[in-house]
Amino acid sequence: MTQEKLKWTDLCVTIVDWLATPTARRPGGCMYTQALDTEGKEPAAAADETALEARFQARVDLEEKIEPKDWMPAKYRATLIRQISQHAHSEIVGMLPEGNWITRAPTLLRKSILIAKVQDEGGHGAYLYSAAETLGVSRDQLIDQLLTGKAKYSSIFNYPTPTWADVGAIGWLVDGAAIMNQIPLCRCSYGPYARAMVRICREESFHQRQGYDIMLKLCRGTPEQKRMAQEALDRWWWPALMMFGPPDAASTHSTDSQRWKIKRFSNDELRQKFVDFTVPQARFLGITVPDPELRWNEARKCHEFGAIDWNEFERVLRGNGPCNVERLAARRRAHADGAWVRAAASAYAAKQRQRAASAAA
Amino acid sequence: MEPDSKHPDGKRPESEHEWPLFEIFIRARGGLDHKHVGSLHAADARMAIEHARDLYTRRQEGVSIWAVRSVDIVASDPQDAESLFEPARDKIYRHPTFYQIPDEVKTL
Repeated sequence: MTQEKLKWTDLCVTIVDWLATPTARRPGGCMYTQALDTEGKEPAAAADETALEARFQARVDLEEKIEPKDWMPAKYRATLIRQISQHAHSEIVGMLPEGNWITRAPTLLRKSILIAKVQDEGGHGAYLYSAAETLGVSRDQLIDQLLTGKAKYSSIFNYPTPTWADVGAIGWLVDGAAIMNQIPLCRCSYGPYARAMVRICREESFHQRQGYDIMLKLCRGTPEQKRMAQEALDRWWWPALMMFGPPDAASTHSTDSQRWKIKRFSNDELRQKFVDFTVPQARFLGITVPDPELRWNEARKCHEFGAIDWNEFERVLRGNGPCNVERLAARRRAHADGAWVRAAASAYAAKQRQRAASAAA
Repeated sequence: MEPDSKHPDGKRPESEHEWPLFEIFIRARGGLDHKHVGSLHAADARMAIEHARDLYTRRQEGVSIWAVRSVDIVASDPQDAESLFEPARDKIYRHPTFYQIPDEVKTL
């Protein structure tokens, strides 16, 4: 327990150090610049809303947390519902690629670890759904949006896991990229989301380390095992870089989110940091990052890397990745197969309530 | 999309089909208070405790769990914050540091 907390602290120190540096480069919060949608509103109501919005932005600028019952702009609410629910869906769908390996984990210990990790992902989904619900959307609506394909989830989970090494690569790279994205979210302006992220990040560190541990074991094993590790890195490297989202120039949601302190760093900033953290870790494993253009830039003190295939990203996002259909089908099947359990639990609860009522009468 | 004003955390009123929402409080160690950690849906109180065990104490985070139906919590309104809490602000004499005690006086 204590040991785990120490590890988490180490990670935080590293990332928080970095978080402290680029502040000056970040876009400043402009207090009164949001273009208001005043169409169809009475002038008085619109003026009222401008004042409320100014007060809201002032609170955000002062790093005060916004809580569920506080006034917030409708677009802030909508942005958060979209982001938090997508995040929750990603956790739930993210259970599938690794869950696929639980029955085939190479040892009992690895199996126990993998079960614990997949259970954590389910937990993360539950924390996040709860946070989204504080914004006025119901759990049933959210689940429905996932199952009908109306809501998006992280496209990384539409890639397959053909070997055990993929489980290692997911922990190391996918969870590593997730941590990079999520640590700044612990300071997000919306209280319930920030608090959920603190809990999630604490657990995510275990995920990344167990993944690297799998890779390390394979890379120190037979030539075949090392080749498996290399092939998994080849498969996951570029999709992991895509996890940070489109390049800043093409990112549609960034400006509002940064002003509202939902998002504190740009996609490209986080991606660069991920590359800089990860390349030495790959070198230590003795495997090669599949990018011939990857090189250290001494002047800029960071790695240069090759162009990302955004067409692939778009293709997977639009539903044409290797496993999109399979993942959604698995979720729908799980939901349908669990229907009788939910019905039985509801019936049992109703019966108990009835018995208690008649005993009291 | 306006939140339900009756709910402490702005959550929607419970729908017919959805399991009720419970707020979960965990006592981290013997001797400490129960602290709010989050919420979950459950068919009944017993399931709420079982789910809370799985959701919030996977790493020995607690020795005791409270589950409270979210609709049963009564909360203050953020709009009343000023009238509720402002009066305490200028009463600095309630704090021990307000009083200057001569150095010669010990154990006070």
